[in-house]
Amino acid sequence: MQTETTNRKLMWWGVNVLVLLYAFVPVVWIISLSLKDDATLNDGNYLPVSPSGDNYAAIFTNPEFLRALVNSIGICAIATFIALVFGTMAAYAIARLDFPGKATIIAVSLLISMFPQIALVTPLFKIETALGLFDTWPGLIIPYITFALPLAIYTLSAFFREIPWDLEKAAKMDGATPFQAFRQVITPLAMPGVFTTAILVFIACWNDFLFALSLTSTSAARTVPAAMSYFTGATTFEKPTGPIAAAAVVITIPLVIVVLLFQRRIVAGLTSGAVKG
Amino acid sequence: MTTTPTPAAAEQATQPVDDGSLDIARQRFTDAKKAERKLGLLLVAPAVTVMLAVAAYPILYAFWLSLNRADLRRPNDNQFIWFENYVTVLSSPIWWTAFGVTMFITIVSASLELVFGMILAVIMHRTIVGRGLVRTSALVPYSIVTVVAAFSWRFAWTEDLGYLTPSGSAPLTEFWPSIWIIILAEVWKTIPFMALLLMAGLALVPEDLLKAASMDGANAWKRFWAITVPLIKPAILVALLFRTLDAFRVFDNIYILTNGANQTSSVSMVAYSNLIRGLNLGIGSTMAVLIFITTGIIAFIFIKAFGAAAPGADQGGRK
Repeated sequence: MQTETTNRKLMWWGVNVLVLLYAFVPVVWIISLSLKDDATLNDGNYLPVSPSGDNYAAIFTNPEFLRALVNSIGICAIATFIALVFGTMAAYAIARLDFPGKATIIAVSLLISMFPQIALVTPLFKIETALGLFDTWPGLIIPYITFALPLAIYTLSAFFREIPWDLEKAAKMDGATPFQAFRQVITPLAMPGVFTTAILVFIACWNDFLFALSLTSTSAARTVPAAMSYFTGATTFEKPTGPIAAAAVVITIPLVIVVLLFQRRIVAGLTSGAVKG
Repeated sequence: MTTTPTPAAAEQATQPVDDGSLDIARQRFTDAKKAERKLGLLLVAPAVTVMLAVAAYPILYAFWLSLNRADLRRPNDNQFIWFENYVTVLSSPIWWTAFGVTMFITIVSASLELVFGMILAVIMHRTIVGRGLVRTSALVPYSIVTVVAAFSWRFAWTEDLGYLTPSGSAPLTEFWPSIWIIILAEVWKTIPFMALLLMAGLALVPEDLLKAASMDGANAWKRFWAITVPLIKPAILVALLFRTLDAFRVFDNIYILTNGANQTSSVSMVAYSNLIRGLNLGIGSTMAVLIFITTGIIAFIFIKAFGAAAPGADQGGRK
């Protein structure tokens, strides 16, 4: 039907280049800043004239940054794991089982996903101070789980509907209880969806700034985004631009690589939960 | 149907009922139903408990705090003062400036994101060359930490340092340039999310319908408005609702870009300042409750006026 002329292809390549520019210009800029040395930092050039690794050497010998990196990885990993366990159970029940109160649960989790986080910061600050959770790992893990759960439940229940459920019936015919059917037959089939959801949830936690800023006061639990905003130079006169840029690259690149590797699944995960309604 | 099966009830149900009116098959079916309900409730229990404990309880607590004078710097002065905090906040020009700034950023960003998100969605959906490349790169802004992107924009617009800053100007020290840079940062980061939601909608538009319209002489522009837009309206509304609520809680970008200087604070920023810098829990909570209510009103308007189906609203009906 369509005759794909060279002109049309060229036109689309032009459009594609615009998209690439849109996506990469700010990213390449922060990378290029991180590679600039002190002498050329303020030259205003988009690309570094004499690239150097000084800024990376600086942040990887900075105990504040290393501690924040450990906090970020640990807190996000634990929150993701717990949210995934609870989310998988709930999503399975919502996608597959008939039980009272299902609509309420969906409504509540929708409400939470639209919740302004700042509305929780004040009460959580007070509650966590009283419970001794302020400025600790659990103090951040708990709110992260809460905000990750709706995301996990939506994405997972969308994935769960794609699974061939006849297998479950077959398992039940063979005498498996519903729980056995869930654990031994369905869970392995659901793993790709669980994996995708894990990436989305991890990104959401990794990205958080408000809780990390409000519910910590020292480097004990401060994650990288919050720590970055507190960066100061080695001396009071030194601008921390270079180290901030280097830290930004360090926490960004691994995530971008993961997202690009699992691009197809992530697109499916991001859209499945939201649009089918 | 409406009774909640307790473990005891389920146990009872597993015992044979010998009134003779039920045959064995039906009895087994009922047992299975009861077991299913029990399992369902057990499986959702942890998730629901966490969500209620960490979201529902604190918001009620925030409401209680908002009715109290609760200033951590003057702990002996705490008392129940009814709605005095609300009077204080709602008669404060700081609050209303922040509210106006937030509304402006929300409306402008959501509109721009819809336009550019739609363009990107159509490009990703229609491009005949390098589709994988385009879709992959479009995910880059999504996967970048907001704070990192905000720093990138801040450095780009800093005098001497940035490639975007004309020499001799400092846009982040003036009100309107700051606002537009904040909007730029917001829009850049969230176009991909918008585009992905819209693209999923585009995939549902039947190709035959577009071809038929094309045969009848409708050009691409007309086909887009007469066929595509009405068909993907649900996707548009859901995407807009999500983004409007998300933009209304803008915090990260403003904190990094201007730190609220020159009256560029959003409502979230003002509430944060009252809490962490001012240690005034009463006023902070009042603002939190007001933000919560505003969010509710925005969602309500979307759902009632535009008929946006809540995402997942169809999930309950599934057997």
